[in-house]
Amino acid sequence: MTTTTGPLATRRLILQGAASVALLGLGNLPFAATPARAAANDKYPEEAFKQKNEADAIKALYGKTAEPSDKVKLDAPEIAENGGVVPVSVTTTLDKVSSISFLVTENPYALAASYKVADGTVPGVANRLKMAKTTKLVAIVEADGKLYSATKEVKVTVGGCGG
Amino acid sequence: MASSIRVRATSNGDITEVQALIQHPMDTGLVKDPKGELIPAHYIQQLKFECNGKDVFVADWGTAVSKDPYVKFSFKGAKKGDDLKISWTDNKGASDTTTAKIA
Repeated sequence: MTTTTGPLATRRLILQGAASVALLGLGNLPFAATPARAAANDKYPEEAFKQKNEADAIKALYGKTAEPSDKVKLDAPEIAENGGVVPVSVTTTLDKVSSISFLVTENPYALAASYKVADGTVPGVANRLKMAKTTKLVAIVEADGKLYSATKEVKVTVGGCGG
Repeated sequence: MASSIRVRATSNGDITEVQALIQHPMDTGLVKDPKGELIPAHYIQQLKFECNGKDVFVADWGTAVSKDPYVKFSFKGAKKGDDLKISWTDNKGASDTTTAKIA
């Protein structure tokens, strides 16, 4: 990862002075990651997955806010006995869907999964998520540049994020 | 080694339905082992489905996706006998790829 930006990163570090020498090992990582994210939009959205609350995660992922829509159908159990494996799915009747995301608001990190939907792919997905405790589950559908959401409360009897 | 990916892709003419099951621990980095030490995070970050040279479906996953993840979706534009290529990479840089024939 650091080989391509190696000479550049080294020069910058020297310019920053002796104080940064101690951080050399840690410092390489952000240097390599930043240009790559700007270059390709199919890059893994690392920042969004680090956000702890739902609003910040949506903002980091899409840069805008979602409005509730009854055209987004979110299917999840009302009561999940095992928070480690909760089957959830989304379907929508919206056109020009480009992405679908799931957020579990009470989890340590809100964003659970984000799917990029190509042209010709049916806008819908089913998967299984972990939920730490009883939580709000939010599905976001990006269609024609706008965000639409659906929300459902899932009661969790045994959490899926602790030992 | 057997592939970590199990896929079933079936076409009903127009639409191909894909179901994939991957063997992966999907550790969150928040759970402790019996000795009380944190199990480091180990999870799939990106999973791609490619058909006829096009990414039909790309999943970006965080730690909240269940262990041995399952995903199901459908797409148009493929026919029986086409190859569907599935590949994943995790946060430790490991990856796996498999190719399935659409039935």
